Amino acid sequence: MNAMEWFIAGLLALGVFFYVAGTVGLLRFPDTHSRLHALTKADNLGLGFIAIAAGLHWGDGWIAGKLALVWLLTLFAAGMAAQLVARAALKAEGGE
Amino acid sequence: MMELLAERGSLFALTGAALIALGFYGFIMRRALIRRLIAFNVIGSGIFLLFGGTGYFGGGVDPVPRALIITGIVVALALTAFAAALAVRLARSGDDDENPEAGR
Amino acid sequence: MSLAFDLALCALILGAAGLAVAGRNLFGSVVFYIVYGVLIALAWVSLGAADVALAEAAIGAGVTGVLLIGAWQGMKDAGGLEAEITKSLPVRVLAGLGAAALGALIGFAVLSLPGHDGLTGPVAENQPALDLGNPVTAVLLSFRAYDTLLETLVLTAALAAVWSLTPARFWGGIPGPKHTTRPDGVMASFGRLLPPLGVLVAVYLVWAGADQPGGAFQAGTVLAAVWILIVLAGLRDEPRLSSLILRLIVIAGPLVFLGAGLAGALAGLALGYPEGHARTLILIIEYALTLSIAATLALLIAGPARRAP
Repeated sequence: MNAMEWFIAGLLALGVFFYVAGTVGLLRFPDTHSRLHALTKADNLGLGFIAIAAGLHWGDGWIAGKLALVWLLTLFAAGMAAQLVARAALKAEGGE
Repeated sequence: MMELLAERGSLFALTGAALIALGFYGFIMRRALIRRLIAFNVIGSGIFLLFGGTGYFGGGVDPVPRALIITGIVVALALTAFAAALAVRLARSGDDDENPEAGR
Repeated sequence: MSLAFDLALCALILGAAGLAVAGRNLFGSVVFYIVYGVLIALAWVSLGAADVALAEAAIGAGVTGVLLIGAWQGMKDAGGLEAEITKSLPVRVLAGLGAAALGALIGFAVLSLPGHDGLTGPVAENQPALDLGNPVTAVLLSFRAYDTLLETLVLTAALAAVWSLTPARFWGGIPGPKHTTRPDGVMASFGRLLPPLGVLVAVYLVWAGADQPGGAFQAGTVLAAVWILIVLAGLRDEPRLSSLILRLIVIAGPLVFLGAGLAGALAGLALGYPEGHARTLILIIEYALTLSIAATLALLIAGPARRAP
């Protein structure tokens, strides 16, 4: 493995670490709001690292650009879904 | 056995066979309509995987099974949509709001 | 390495399917079914069939998942969710043995299949006449065009069947509840941001589908998803089901498809494409199909009318 491959492997490991952290948070945190916080923040960061690793692995500008777009859309979608779930949970608790 | 599983097509075809068995068990043993609908879809995707696995050569799946599987996925969806609507209608058939003649 | 990946993937698929079929919580089963659909899509990627993976992820996991969640909600609101009953042990053992025997029989049949060359060769041989780079599109819209035509008719028939469940006083009315959101809220903003991008992706998927993985069914699903998002964001209400324009959109695809086949008959080539124009005709048919598939899928998800016209 050359330096680049080690770097990519490191990014992938970092991405997997954040995914595992997010999953542990989902399973261990006590209520909906803290679980959402674990899922959206940690997982999107993990996905970002994995997307960067994949972009470097393919070494192609077009593919890297598409991956960046996919990541951006996932961020938007996850943020919106988290907001909706949080509001629904708040309503269920009698807040709002 | 090991080299057979290393053959990617056979591995996925056998997984498909296992999915058909699993879906069949769920279909005859579970009572909830939605779960039976899920079991039906598991059988369907198992058949598709079996079909695709047996049509796998070296670099990819044969285009004819591939096209037929895409067709199959859409047909399975059409059936699922009708079954889901039927299940909801069945659940609602009791209340008078839906069925004004029932109370007379 | 890739064998290890495939083995892990197959184990995950079987695990997710098991939880979906055998789980205790009904809503949990639906969620595991969606996970299962995404894993199956990964299996298709591993088999090198990106177009099937797209269809499975969008239709098998996405649309089917939305339908199942909708059915769960609808049955729950009506108080009609059935409790699961546990059958006695001998019955379960017997059914398990029967299912295992069925799986073993099919598995044995798969392993004892004789070797064959497949149809890659014949397809590749005849593909240049159509001027298409994607063999799957060639099969779907030319070699097995009957199947595709009948499939779109199956979708239309399913829609007619779903509509037939409408209570008489709502006939021709509007499906689903009206969604209202704050006009400056996150959902409404998202509903304005995503549709233009979704339409672009759908148009691209059909155009690219001539030469690369993609096509009318995948693109139609994307368009349907765009419409559902617009409705959920409260930007537009669902249409009246008695609307003539709506019904024309639903049958436009099959009509154009059938028309192209019959026009061939006038030119002396029944159900065939005139030489040199196959690619253009196929793309026109595919765009019409995309529109119809999108409308049909969105209406299937919306279900029968629930508000008076």
